[in-house]
Amino acid sequence: MKTLRRRQIQDKIMEGLLVVSTITILIPLLIIIAYVVYNGFGALNWSFFTEELGSPARAMQGQPTGLVHTMIGTLVVDFIGLVLAVPVGVGAGIMLSEYPEHKLNPILRIMNDTLNGMPAILKGLLAFALIVKPMGTFSGLAGGVALAFVMIPIIARTTESSLMTIPWSIREAGLAIGLPRWRVVLSTVMPAAKTGLVTGFLIAFARAAGEAAPLMFTSFGNNYLPNHWTGMIFGPVDTLPQRLYSLAISPYAQWHQMGWAAAIVLLSFVIILFVTARLLTRQKNY
Amino acid sequence: MENKVKTENIKSSAMTTTNEIETTVEKKETSRVRMEAKNLTIKYGTNVAVRNLSMPIYNEKVTALVGPSGCGKTTFLRSLNRMHDLTKSAHITGEVLLDGNDIYDPKVNPVTIRRKIGMVFQKPTPFPTMSIYDNVVAGLKLVGIRDRKLLNEVCEIALTQAALFDEVKDRLNAPGGSLSGGQQQRLSIARALAIKPEVILMDEPTSSLDPKSTMKIEDLIVELKKKYSIVIVTHNLAQAARISDYSAFMYLGDLVEYGKTKKMFQNPEDKRTEEYLTGKFG
Repeated sequence: MKTLRRRQIQDKIMEGLLVVSTITILIPLLIIIAYVVYNGFGALNWSFFTEELGSPARAMQGQPTGLVHTMIGTLVVDFIGLVLAVPVGVGAGIMLSEYPEHKLNPILRIMNDTLNGMPAILKGLLAFALIVKPMGTFSGLAGGVALAFVMIPIIARTTESSLMTIPWSIREAGLAIGLPRWRVVLSTVMPAAKTGLVTGFLIAFARAAGEAAPLMFTSFGNNYLPNHWTGMIFGPVDTLPQRLYSLAISPYAQWHQMGWAAAIVLLSFVIILFVTARLLTRQKNY
Repeated sequence: MENKVKTENIKSSAMTTTNEIETTVEKKETSRVRMEAKNLTIKYGTNVAVRNLSMPIYNEKVTALVGPSGCGKTTFLRSLNRMHDLTKSAHITGEVLLDGNDIYDPKVNPVTIRRKIGMVFQKPTPFPTMSIYDNVVAGLKLVGIRDRKLLNEVCEIALTQAALFDEVKDRLNAPGGSLSGGQQQRLSIARALAIKPEVILMDEPTSSLDPKSTMKIEDLIVELKKKYSIVIVTHNLAQAARISDYSAFMYLGDLVEYGKTKKMFQNPEDKRTEEYLTGKFG
Protein backbone atom coordinates (compact mmCIF):
# COMPACT_ATOMS: atom_id res chain seq x y z
CA MET A 1 0.00 0.00 0.00
CA LYS A 2 2.82 2.30 0.92
CA THR A 3 4.58 1.79 -2.42
CA LEU A 4 1.37 2.42 -4.31
CA ARG A 5 1.01 5.73 -2.55
CA ARG A 6 4.60 6.56 -3.32
CA ARG A 7 4.13 5.83 -6.98
CA GLN A 8 1.04 8.00 -7.05
CA ILE A 9 3.02 10.86 -5.52
CA GLN A 10 5.86 10.31 -8.01
CA ASP A 11 3.35 10.42 -10.80
CA LYS A 12 1.95 13.71 -9.54
CA ILE A 13 5.46 15.19 -9.24
CA MET A 14 6.33 14.22 -12.79
CA GLU A 15 3.11 15.66 -14.07
CA GLY A 16 3.81 18.85 -12.15
CA LEU A 17 7.24 19.14 -13.79
CA LEU A 18 5.67 18.79 -17.21
CA VAL A 19 3.17 21.52 -16.40
CA VAL A 20 6.06 23.75 -15.29
CA SER A 21 7.90 23.26 -18.58
CA THR A 22 4.75 23.95 -20.54
CA ILE A 23 4.22 27.18 -18.64
CA THR A 24 7.88 28.12 -19.19
CA ILE A 25 7.18 28.00 -22.90
CA LEU A 26 3.84 29.75 -22.78
CA ILE A 27 4.64 32.62 -20.40
CA PRO A 28 7.42 34.31 -22.44
CA LEU A 29 5.31 34.02 -25.57
CA LEU A 30 2.33 35.63 -23.89
CA ILE A 31 4.55 38.30 -22.31
CA ILE A 32 6.06 39.14 -25.69
CA ILE A 33 2.68 39.41 -27.35
CA ALA A 34 1.19 41.48 -24.53
CA TYR A 35 4.20 43.78 -24.26
CA VAL A 36 4.43 44.35 -28.01
CA VAL A 37 0.74 45.10 -28.29
CA TYR A 38 0.82 47.38 -25.23
CA ASN A 39 3.69 49.47 -26.59
CA GLY A 40 2.82 49.52 -30.25
CA PHE A 41 -0.93 49.69 -30.35
CA GLY A 42 -0.90 53.49 -30.11
CA ALA A 43 1.04 53.83 -33.34
CA LEU A 44 -1.35 51.64 -35.32
CA ASN A 45 -3.43 54.14 -37.20
CA TRP A 46 -4.65 54.52 -40.75
CA SER A 47 -1.53 56.29 -42.01
CA PHE A 48 0.65 53.53 -40.55
CA PHE A 49 -0.76 51.26 -43.25
CA THR A 50 -0.92 53.82 -46.06
CA GLU A 51 2.10 56.13 -45.79
CA GLU A 52 5.80 55.61 -46.33
CA LEU A 53 8.24 56.35 -43.53
CA GLY A 54 10.26 59.24 -44.98
CA SER A 55 12.73 61.19 -42.87
CA PRO A 56 12.61 61.26 -39.06
CA ALA A 57 11.38 64.83 -39.28
CA ARG A 58 7.99 63.64 -40.48
CA ALA A 59 7.35 61.64 -37.38
CA MET A 60 8.71 64.30 -35.06
CA GLN A 61 6.56 67.03 -36.64
CA GLY A 62 3.52 64.82 -36.42
CA GLN A 63 3.12 64.52 -40.19
CA PRO A 64 1.48 61.32 -41.48
CA THR A 65 4.02 58.54 -41.67
CA GLY A 66 3.82 54.79 -41.86
CA LEU A 67 5.33 51.54 -43.01
CA VAL A 68 3.35 50.68 -46.11
CA HIS A 69 6.56 50.39 -48.14
CA THR A 70 7.92 48.01 -45.51
CA MET A 71 4.89 45.74 -45.60
CA ILE A 72 4.83 45.61 -49.39
CA GLY A 73 8.60 45.11 -49.39
CA THR A 74 8.31 42.21 -46.95
CA LEU A 75 5.73 40.48 -49.13
CA VAL A 76 7.79 41.04 -52.28
CA VAL A 77 11.08 39.83 -50.82
CA ASP A 78 9.46 36.87 -49.05
CA PHE A 79 7.64 35.87 -52.21
CA ILE A 80 10.78 36.06 -54.31
CA GLY A 81 12.38 33.80 -51.71
CA LEU A 82 9.45 31.38 -51.78
CA VAL A 83 9.31 31.21 -55.57
CA LEU A 84 13.03 30.44 -55.69
CA ALA A 85 13.00 28.05 -52.74
CA VAL A 86 9.97 25.89 -53.56
CA PRO A 87 11.30 24.17 -56.70
CA VAL A 88 14.74 23.59 -55.22
CA GLY A 89 13.44 22.57 -51.80
CA VAL A 90 10.80 20.24 -53.23
CA GLY A 91 13.36 18.72 -55.58
CA ALA A 92 15.72 18.08 -52.69
CA GLY A 93 12.85 16.70 -50.61
CA ILE A 94 11.92 14.27 -53.40
CA MET A 95 15.53 13.13 -53.62
CA LEU A 96 15.61 12.57 -49.85
CA SER A 97 12.37 10.62 -49.73
CA GLU A 98 12.03 8.87 -53.07
CA TYR A 99 15.58 8.03 -54.08
CA PRO A 100 17.09 6.50 -50.95
CA GLU A 101 19.48 4.40 -53.03
CA HIS A 102 20.88 7.37 -54.97
CA LYS A 103 24.49 8.12 -54.16
CA LEU A 104 23.78 11.84 -53.72
CA ASN A 105 21.13 11.08 -51.09
CA PRO A 106 23.36 10.79 -47.98
CA ILE A 107 25.44 13.79 -49.04
CA LEU A 108 22.31 15.85 -49.59
CA ARG A 109 20.98 14.87 -46.16
CA ILE A 110 24.11 16.09 -44.39
CA MET A 111 24.39 19.24 -46.49
CA ASN A 112 20.74 20.10 -46.00
CA ASP A 113 20.99 19.75 -42.23
CA THR A 114 24.14 21.87 -42.27
CA LEU A 115 22.45 24.54 -44.35
CA ASN A 116 19.51 24.49 -41.97
CA GLY A 117 21.74 25.03 -38.98
CA MET A 118 23.94 27.64 -40.61
CA PRO A 119 23.60 31.18 -39.20
CA ALA A 120 21.22 33.14 -41.41
CA ILE A 121 23.62 36.05 -41.66
CA LEU A 122 26.00 33.84 -43.62
CA LYS A 123 23.23 33.18 -46.12
CA GLY A 124 22.97 36.95 -46.45
CA LEU A 125 26.70 37.08 -47.17
CA LEU A 126 26.29 34.41 -49.82
CA ALA A 127 23.49 36.35 -51.50
CA PHE A 128 25.61 39.49 -51.23
CA ALA A 129 28.42 37.77 -53.10
CA LEU A 130 26.10 36.15 -55.64
CA ILE A 131 23.73 39.02 -56.44
CA VAL A 132 24.64 42.34 -54.82
CA LYS A 133 28.29 42.38 -55.93
CA PRO A 134 27.70 41.50 -59.60
CA MET A 135 24.66 43.77 -59.89
CA GLY A 136 26.32 46.60 -58.04
CA THR A 137 23.27 47.40 -55.94
CA PHE A 138 21.29 46.19 -52.97
CA SER A 139 18.02 44.73 -54.14
CA GLY A 140 14.83 42.93 -53.24
CA LEU A 141 16.05 40.12 -55.46
CA ALA A 142 19.19 39.71 -53.38
CA GLY A 143 17.05 39.69 -50.23
CA GLY A 144 14.82 37.06 -51.82
CA VAL A 145 17.82 34.89 -52.67
CA ALA A 146 19.10 35.17 -49.10
CA LEU A 147 15.69 34.16 -47.75
CA ALA A 148 15.50 31.32 -50.27
CA PHE A 149 18.60 29.87 -48.62
CA VAL A 150 16.73 30.06 -45.31
CA MET A 151 13.66 28.35 -46.76
CA ILE A 152 15.25 25.64 -48.91
CA PRO A 153 16.43 23.32 -46.12
CA ILE A 154 13.13 23.70 -44.30
CA ILE A 155 11.09 22.94 -47.42
CA ALA A 156 13.36 19.99 -48.24
CA ARG A 157 12.74 18.48 -44.81
CA THR A 158 9.01 19.11 -44.71
CA THR A 159 8.66 17.78 -48.26
CA GLU A 160 10.59 14.67 -47.34
CA SER A 161 8.52 14.00 -44.25
CA SER A 162 5.19 14.58 -45.95
CA LEU A 163 6.12 12.31 -48.87
CA MET A 164 7.23 9.67 -46.39
CA THR A 165 3.75 9.56 -44.86
CA ILE A 166 2.38 8.19 -48.14
CA PRO A 167 2.45 4.39 -48.02
CA TRP A 168 5.16 2.74 -50.11
CA SER A 169 2.50 0.53 -51.69
CA ILE A 170 1.16 3.53 -53.63
CA ARG A 171 4.53 3.86 -55.37
CA GLU A 172 4.70 0.15 -56.12
CA ALA A 173 1.19 0.25 -57.54
CA GLY A 174 2.29 3.05 -59.84
CA LEU A 175 5.43 1.23 -60.92
CA ALA A 176 3.47 -1.98 -61.46
CA ILE A 177 1.35 -0.35 -64.15
CA GLY A 178 4.50 0.59 -65.99
CA LEU A 179 4.82 4.21 -65.00
CA PRO A 180 8.29 5.73 -64.93
CA ARG A 181 9.51 6.63 -61.48
CA TRP A 182 9.28 10.42 -61.80
CA ARG A 183 5.71 10.05 -63.01
CA VAL A 184 4.79 7.93 -60.02
CA VAL A 185 6.15 10.59 -57.66
CA LEU A 186 4.57 13.47 -59.52
CA SER A 187 1.13 12.05 -60.22
CA THR A 188 0.41 9.63 -57.41
CA VAL A 189 2.60 10.42 -54.39
CA MET A 190 2.71 14.21 -54.50
CA PRO A 191 -1.04 14.78 -54.94
CA ALA A 192 -1.64 12.52 -51.96
CA ALA A 193 0.85 14.56 -49.91
CA LYS A 194 -0.48 17.91 -51.08
CA THR A 195 -1.56 19.40 -47.77
CA GLY A 196 1.69 18.39 -46.11
CA LEU A 197 3.67 20.02 -48.88
CA VAL A 198 1.76 23.29 -48.69
CA THR A 199 2.06 23.34 -44.92
CA GLY A 200 5.81 23.00 -45.31
CA PHE A 201 5.91 26.00 -47.65
CA LEU A 202 3.97 28.06 -45.13
CA ILE A 203 6.25 27.08 -42.26
CA ALA A 204 9.34 27.95 -44.30
CA PHE A 205 7.72 31.20 -45.38
CA ALA A 206 6.89 32.17 -41.81
CA ARG A 207 10.39 31.31 -40.63
CA ALA A 208 12.00 33.41 -43.34
CA ALA A 209 9.56 36.29 -42.80
CA GLY A 210 11.03 36.81 -39.35
CA GLU A 211 14.65 36.96 -40.47
CA ALA A 212 16.45 40.29 -40.28
CA ALA A 213 20.10 39.31 -40.45
CA PRO A 214 20.28 37.96 -44.03
CA LEU A 215 18.54 41.09 -45.32
CA MET A 216 20.90 43.68 -43.86
CA PHE A 217 23.31 43.65 -46.75
CA THR A 218 21.03 42.26 -49.43
CA SER A 219 17.70 44.10 -49.55
CA PHE A 220 19.36 46.73 -47.31
CA GLY A 221 16.32 48.79 -46.36
CA ASN A 222 14.64 51.91 -47.66
CA ASN A 223 12.66 54.75 -46.12
CA TYR A 224 10.58 55.30 -49.22
CA LEU A 225 8.45 53.48 -51.75
CA PRO A 226 10.34 53.19 -55.03
CA ASN A 227 9.01 55.29 -57.90
CA HIS A 228 8.34 52.25 -60.01
CA TRP A 229 7.38 48.74 -58.89
CA THR A 230 10.52 47.27 -60.47
CA GLY A 231 12.42 49.20 -57.80
CA MET A 232 11.06 46.64 -55.32
CA ILE A 233 12.98 43.90 -57.12
CA PHE A 234 16.06 45.66 -58.44
CA GLY A 235 16.54 48.36 -55.85
CA PRO A 236 16.96 48.48 -52.07
CA VAL A 237 13.79 47.40 -50.29
CA ASP A 238 12.48 47.69 -46.76
CA THR A 239 11.38 44.66 -44.78
CA LEU A 240 9.59 44.38 -41.42
CA PRO A 241 12.19 42.56 -39.28
CA GLN A 242 14.95 44.81 -40.45
CA ARG A 243 12.89 47.99 -40.15
CA LEU A 244 11.88 46.93 -36.67
CA TYR A 245 15.55 46.79 -35.77
CA SER A 246 16.46 50.14 -37.31
CA LEU A 247 13.47 51.87 -35.74
CA ALA A 248 14.35 50.42 -32.37
CA ILE A 249 17.94 51.67 -32.41
CA SER A 250 16.95 55.12 -33.72
CA PRO A 251 17.08 58.07 -31.31
CA TYR A 252 13.46 59.13 -31.89
CA ALA A 253 10.68 58.24 -29.45
CA GLN A 254 8.06 58.34 -32.24
CA TRP A 255 10.05 55.81 -34.21
CA HIS A 256 10.38 53.58 -31.18
CA GLN A 257 6.63 53.38 -30.97
CA MET A 258 6.41 52.68 -34.70
CA GLY A 259 8.94 49.90 -34.15
CA TRP A 260 6.57 48.29 -31.64
CA ALA A 261 3.75 48.63 -34.13
CA ALA A 262 5.91 47.02 -36.80
CA ALA A 263 6.45 44.16 -34.37
CA ILE A 264 2.68 43.74 -34.00
CA VAL A 265 2.29 43.51 -37.76
CA LEU A 266 5.16 41.06 -38.15
CA LEU A 267 3.92 38.94 -35.25
CA SER A 268 0.39 38.81 -36.63
CA PHE A 269 1.68 37.92 -40.08
CA VAL A 270 3.78 35.03 -38.76
CA ILE A 271 1.09 33.79 -36.38
CA ILE A 272 -1.51 33.81 -39.16
CA LEU A 273 0.86 31.78 -41.36
CA PHE A 274 1.53 29.22 -38.63
CA VAL A 275 -2.11 28.88 -37.71
CA THR A 276 -3.06 28.38 -41.37
CA ALA A 277 -0.36 25.73 -41.64
CA ARG A 278 -1.76 24.04 -38.55
CA LEU A 279 -5.32 24.10 -39.83
CA LEU A 280 -4.19 22.64 -43.14
CA THR A 281 -2.40 19.71 -41.53
CA ARG A 282 -5.39 18.96 -39.38
CA GLN A 283 -7.73 18.09 -42.24
CA LYS A 284 -6.40 14.81 -43.54
CA ASN A 285 -7.12 14.22 -47.18
CA TYR A 286 -7.58 10.47 -46.92
CA MET B 1 16.84 -64.76 -87.50
CA GLU B 2 16.13 -62.07 -90.02
CA ASN B 3 12.47 -62.26 -89.27
CA LYS B 4 12.98 -61.57 -85.63
CA VAL B 5 14.99 -58.39 -86.35
CA LYS B 6 12.24 -57.18 -88.62
CA THR B 7 9.60 -57.69 -86.01
CA GLU B 8 11.65 -55.79 -83.48
CA ASN B 9 12.09 -52.97 -85.95
CA ILE B 10 8.40 -52.77 -86.48
CA LYS B 11 7.84 -52.89 -82.76
CA SER B 12 10.24 -50.05 -82.06
CA SER B 13 8.89 -47.88 -84.84
CA ALA B 14 5.42 -48.45 -83.50
CA MET B 15 6.63 -47.38 -80.06
CA THR B 16 8.15 -44.20 -81.49
CA THR B 17 4.84 -43.34 -83.03
CA THR B 18 3.04 -43.80 -79.74
CA ASN B 19 5.66 -41.71 -78.03
CA GLU B 20 5.22 -38.97 -80.57
CA ILE B 21 1.49 -39.03 -80.15
CA GLU B 22 1.91 -38.84 -76.43
CA THR B 23 4.21 -35.86 -76.73
CA THR B 24 1.81 -33.97 -78.95
CA VAL B 25 -1.01 -34.67 -76.57
CA GLU B 26 1.16 -33.49 -73.73
CA LYS B 27 2.08 -30.33 -75.65
CA LYS B 28 -1.50 -29.45 -76.37
CA GLU B 29 -2.33 -29.78 -72.75
CA THR B 30 0.55 -27.78 -71.34
CA SER B 31 0.48 -24.98 -73.96
CA ARG B 32 3.55 -22.87 -74.42
CA VAL B 33 5.97 -21.47 -71.89
CA ARG B 34 5.36 -17.77 -71.40
CA MET B 35 7.90 -17.01 -68.71
CA GLU B 36 10.70 -19.00 -67.26
CA ALA B 37 12.97 -18.60 -64.27
CA LYS B 38 16.42 -20.06 -64.73
CA ASN B 39 18.78 -20.60 -61.81
CA LEU B 40 17.29 -17.61 -60.10
CA THR B 41 18.88 -16.61 -56.79
CA ILE B 42 17.70 -13.57 -54.86
CA LYS B 43 19.58 -12.20 -51.88
CA TYR B 44 18.80 -9.41 -49.46
CA GLY B 45 22.28 -8.43 -48.39
CA THR B 46 23.77 -11.76 -47.38
CA ASN B 47 20.42 -13.34 -46.66
CA VAL B 48 19.35 -15.74 -49.42
CA ALA B 49 15.60 -15.45 -50.00
CA VAL B 50 15.32 -17.57 -53.15
CA ARG B 51 17.90 -20.21 -54.00
CA ASN B 52 18.69 -21.39 -57.51
CA LEU B 53 15.09 -21.58 -58.62
CA SER B 54 14.09 -22.77 -62.09
CA MET B 55 10.52 -23.18 -63.26
CA PRO B 56 8.31 -22.38 -66.24
CA ILE B 57 5.15 -20.29 -66.28
CA TYR B 58 2.71 -21.47 -68.90
CA ASN B 59 0.61 -19.30 -71.11
CA GLU B 60 -3.09 -18.98 -70.28
CA LYS B 61 -2.68 -20.98 -67.10
CA VAL B 62 -2.80 -20.12 -63.44
CA THR B 63 0.37 -20.92 -61.57
CA ALA B 64 0.13 -20.86 -57.77
CA LEU B 65 3.08 -20.28 -55.48
CA VAL B 66 2.49 -21.83 -52.09
CA GLY B 67 4.56 -22.36 -49.00
CA PRO B 68 4.91 -21.20 -45.40
CA SER B 69 5.61 -17.56 -44.51
CA GLY B 70 9.13 -16.47 -45.34
CA CYS B 71 9.67 -19.20 -47.93
CA GLY B 72 10.47 -16.66 -50.65
CA LYS B 73 7.33 -16.91 -52.74
CA THR B 74 6.56 -13.20 -52.68
CA THR B 75 10.22 -12.41 -53.30
CA PHE B 76 10.13 -14.67 -56.33
CA LEU B 77 6.89 -13.17 -57.57
CA ARG B 78 8.25 -9.63 -57.29
CA SER B 79 11.34 -10.61 -59.25
CA LEU B 80 9.11 -11.49 -62.20
CA ASN B 81 8.45 -7.86 -63.04
CA ARG B 82 11.57 -6.32 -61.55
CA MET B 83 9.87 -4.88 -58.49
CA HIS B 84 13.10 -5.43 -56.57
CA ASP B 85 14.86 -2.78 -58.61
CA LEU B 86 14.14 -0.16 -55.96
CA THR B 87 15.24 -2.32 -53.06
CA LYS B 88 18.84 -1.37 -52.57
CA SER B 89 19.84 -4.53 -50.73
CA ALA B 90 18.22 -6.94 -53.17
CA HIS B 91 20.64 -8.76 -55.43
CA ILE B 92 19.51 -11.04 -58.21
CA THR B 93 21.44 -13.61 -60.22
CA GLY B 94 20.17 -15.98 -62.88
CA GLU B 95 17.62 -15.28 -65.55
CA VAL B 96 13.94 -14.54 -65.84
CA LEU B 97 12.77 -15.05 -69.40
CA LEU B 98 9.69 -13.55 -70.98
CA ASP B 99 9.08 -15.18 -74.35
CA GLY B 100 12.72 -16.26 -74.33
CA ASN B 101 14.23 -12.86 -73.55
CA ASP B 102 15.89 -12.12 -70.23
CA ILE B 103 14.04 -9.29 -68.49
CA TYR B 104 17.16 -8.57 -66.43
CA ASP B 105 19.19 -7.84 -69.53
CA PRO B 106 20.85 -4.45 -68.90
CA LYS B 107 19.45 -3.19 -72.20
CA VAL B 108 15.89 -3.87 -71.07
CA ASN B 109 13.97 -0.99 -69.51
CA PRO B 110 12.05 -2.16 -66.41
CA VAL B 111 9.18 0.15 -67.32
CA THR B 112 8.50 -1.73 -70.57
CA ILE B 113 8.70 -5.01 -68.67
CA ARG B 114 6.12 -3.83 -66.15
CA ARG B 115 3.75 -2.85 -68.93
CA LYS B 116 3.84 -6.46 -70.13
CA ILE B 117 3.79 -8.03 -66.69
CA GLY B 118 1.19 -6.44 -64.44
CA MET B 119 0.87 -6.87 -60.72
CA VAL B 120 -1.87 -6.87 -58.10
CA PHE B 121 -0.86 -6.50 -54.48
CA GLN B 122 -1.97 -7.99 -51.22
CA LYS B 123 -3.70 -4.82 -50.11
CA PRO B 124 -5.90 -2.92 -52.52
CA THR B 125 -3.97 0.16 -53.61
CA PRO B 126 -6.22 2.65 -55.37
CA PHE B 127 -4.42 5.95 -55.94
CA PRO B 128 -5.89 8.01 -53.11
CA THR B 129 -6.44 11.28 -54.95
CA MET B 130 -7.90 9.81 -58.12
CA SER B 131 -11.43 8.95 -59.18
CA ILE B 132 -12.43 5.40 -60.08
CA TYR B 133 -12.13 6.31 -63.75
CA ASP B 134 -8.71 7.92 -63.37
CA ASN B 135 -7.49 4.96 -61.35
CA VAL B 136 -8.37 2.54 -64.12
CA VAL B 137 -6.83 4.54 -66.94
CA ALA B 138 -3.86 5.83 -64.89
CA GLY B 139 -1.45 3.58 -66.75
CA LEU B 140 -2.49 5.15 -70.05
CA LYS B 141 -3.34 8.71 -69.11
CA LEU B 142 -0.17 9.32 -67.17
CA VAL B 143 2.04 8.30 -70.06
CA GLY B 144 0.39 10.87 -72.29
CA ILE B 145 -2.60 9.13 -73.89
CA ARG B 146 -5.29 11.81 -74.06
CA ASP B 147 -7.77 10.31 -76.52
CA ARG B 148 -10.94 10.50 -74.47
CA LYS B 149 -12.80 7.97 -76.58
CA LEU B 150 -10.06 5.40 -76.29
CA LEU B 151 -9.74 5.96 -72.54
CA ASN B 152 -13.49 5.58 -72.03
CA GLU B 153 -13.42 2.37 -73.99
CA VAL B 154 -10.45 0.94 -72.10
CA CYS B 155 -12.01 1.93 -68.81
CA GLU B 156 -15.24 0.12 -69.56
CA ILE B 157 -13.55 -3.00 -70.89
CA ALA B 158 -11.14 -3.24 -67.96
CA LEU B 159 -13.86 -2.69 -65.38
CA THR B 160 -16.05 -5.25 -67.10
CA GLN B 161 -13.21 -7.78 -67.17
CA ALA B 162 -12.66 -7.14 -63.48
CA ALA B 163 -16.39 -7.71 -62.85
CA LEU B 164 -16.76 -4.25 -61.36
CA PHE B 165 -18.35 -2.23 -64.13
CA ASP B 166 -21.99 -2.78 -63.17
CA GLU B 167 -21.30 -1.78 -59.59
CA VAL B 168 -19.55 1.49 -60.39
CA LYS B 169 -20.76 2.60 -63.81
CA ASP B 170 -22.91 5.36 -62.33
CA ARG B 171 -20.19 6.84 -60.21
CA LEU B 172 -16.98 6.64 -62.18
CA ASN B 173 -15.99 10.06 -60.88
CA ALA B 174 -16.23 9.06 -57.24
CA PRO B 175 -12.90 8.68 -55.44
CA GLY B 176 -11.32 5.23 -55.73
CA GLY B 177 -11.01 5.13 -51.96
CA SER B 178 -14.79 5.29 -51.56
CA LEU B 179 -15.21 1.69 -52.69
CA SER B 180 -15.35 -1.32 -50.38
CA GLY B 181 -12.21 -3.41 -49.87
CA GLY B 182 -13.29 -6.08 -52.35
CA GLN B 183 -14.27 -3.48 -54.90
CA GLN B 184 -10.97 -1.67 -54.41
CA GLN B 185 -9.12 -4.89 -55.11
CA ARG B 186 -11.10 -5.45 -58.29
CA LEU B 187 -10.35 -1.81 -59.16
CA SER B 188 -6.65 -2.61 -58.73
CA ILE B 189 -7.11 -5.58 -61.04
CA ALA B 190 -8.94 -3.42 -63.60
CA ARG B 191 -6.10 -0.93 -63.43
CA ALA B 192 -3.61 -3.70 -64.11
CA LEU B 193 -5.72 -4.99 -67.02
CA ALA B 194 -6.14 -1.56 -68.60
CA ILE B 195 -2.58 -1.52 -69.87
CA LYS B 196 -3.17 -4.89 -71.57
CA PRO B 197 -0.40 -6.90 -69.96
CA GLU B 198 0.51 -10.41 -71.00
CA VAL B 199 1.17 -11.82 -67.57
CA ILE B 200 -0.51 -10.86 -64.32
CA LEU B 201 1.20 -11.38 -60.99
CA MET B 202 -0.98 -11.50 -57.89
CA ASP B 203 0.43 -11.34 -54.39
CA GLU B 204 -2.17 -12.85 -52.07
CA PRO B 205 -4.89 -10.80 -53.73
CA THR B 206 -7.66 -12.06 -51.46
CA SER B 207 -5.92 -12.18 -48.10
CA SER B 208 -7.51 -8.95 -46.91
CA LEU B 209 -10.96 -9.70 -48.28
CA ASP B 210 -14.12 -11.31 -46.95
CA PRO B 211 -15.26 -14.69 -48.37
CA LYS B 212 -17.77 -13.17 -50.77
CA SER B 213 -15.25 -10.80 -52.33
CA THR B 214 -12.70 -13.61 -52.37
CA MET B 215 -15.10 -15.74 -54.38
CA LYS B 216 -15.61 -12.94 -56.87
CA ILE B 217 -11.89 -12.51 -57.34
CA GLU B 218 -11.37 -16.26 -57.74
CA ASP B 219 -14.06 -16.43 -60.40
CA LEU B 220 -12.37 -13.51 -62.04
CA ILE B 221 -9.00 -15.24 -62.08
CA VAL B 222 -10.49 -18.31 -63.71
CA GLU B 223 -12.10 -16.05 -66.31
CA LEU B 224 -8.91 -14.06 -66.89
CA LYS B 225 -6.72 -17.06 -67.55
CA LYS B 226 -8.43 -17.51 -70.90
CA LYS B 227 -6.42 -14.51 -72.06
CA TYR B 228 -3.58 -14.02 -69.63
CA SER B 229 -0.96 -16.00 -67.81
CA ILE B 230 -1.46 -15.62 -64.09
CA VAL B 231 0.95 -16.23 -61.25
CA ILE B 232 -0.60 -16.06 -57.82
CA VAL B 233 0.94 -16.23 -54.39
CA THR B 234 -1.47 -17.62 -51.87
CA HIS B 235 -1.51 -18.78 -48.29
CA ASN B 236 -4.80 -20.42 -48.87
CA LEU B 237 -4.18 -23.98 -50.06
CA ALA B 238 -7.81 -24.55 -50.87
CA GLN B 239 -7.67 -21.51 -53.09
CA ALA B 240 -4.59 -22.81 -54.89
CA ALA B 241 -6.35 -26.14 -55.42
CA ARG B 242 -9.49 -24.43 -56.70
CA ILE B 243 -8.07 -22.04 -59.23
CA SER B 244 -4.56 -23.05 -60.27
CA ASP B 245 -3.40 -25.36 -63.03
CA TYR B 246 0.19 -25.57 -61.84
CA SER B 247 1.60 -25.22 -58.37
CA ALA B 248 5.01 -24.58 -56.97
CA PHE B 249 5.75 -25.40 -53.37
CA MET B 250 8.55 -23.36 -51.88
CA TYR B 251 10.25 -23.86 -48.57
CA LEU B 252 13.07 -21.81 -47.02
CA GLY B 253 13.97 -20.27 -50.37
CA ASP B 254 14.01 -23.52 -52.30
CA LEU B 255 11.58 -24.70 -54.89
CA VAL B 256 10.71 -28.07 -53.41
CA GLU B 257 8.19 -29.26 -55.90
CA TYR B 258 6.59 -28.00 -59.07
CA GLY B 259 3.93 -29.64 -61.18
CA LYS B 260 0.31 -29.86 -62.06
CA THR B 261 -1.82 -28.75 -59.15
CA LYS B 262 -4.04 -31.80 -59.26
CA LYS B 263 -1.12 -34.15 -59.11
CA MET B 264 0.74 -32.23 -56.47
CA PHE B 265 -2.23 -31.97 -54.15
CA GLN B 266 -3.23 -35.60 -54.55
CA ASN B 267 0.09 -37.24 -54.80
CA PRO B 268 3.03 -35.02 -53.81
CA GLU B 269 6.49 -36.34 -54.56
CA ASP B 270 8.40 -34.67 -51.80
CA LYS B 271 7.80 -35.46 -48.16
CA ARG B 272 7.95 -31.76 -47.19
CA THR B 273 5.22 -30.94 -49.69
CA GLU B 274 3.06 -33.68 -48.30
CA GLU B 275 3.61 -32.50 -44.75
CA TYR B 276 2.80 -28.93 -45.64
CA LEU B 277 -0.28 -29.84 -47.60
CA THR B 278 -1.58 -32.02 -44.81
CA GLY B 279 -1.04 -29.25 -42.30
CA LYS B 280 1.88 -30.73 -40.38
CA PHE B 281 3.70 -27.37 -40.53
CA GLY B 282 3.40 -23.92 -42.05
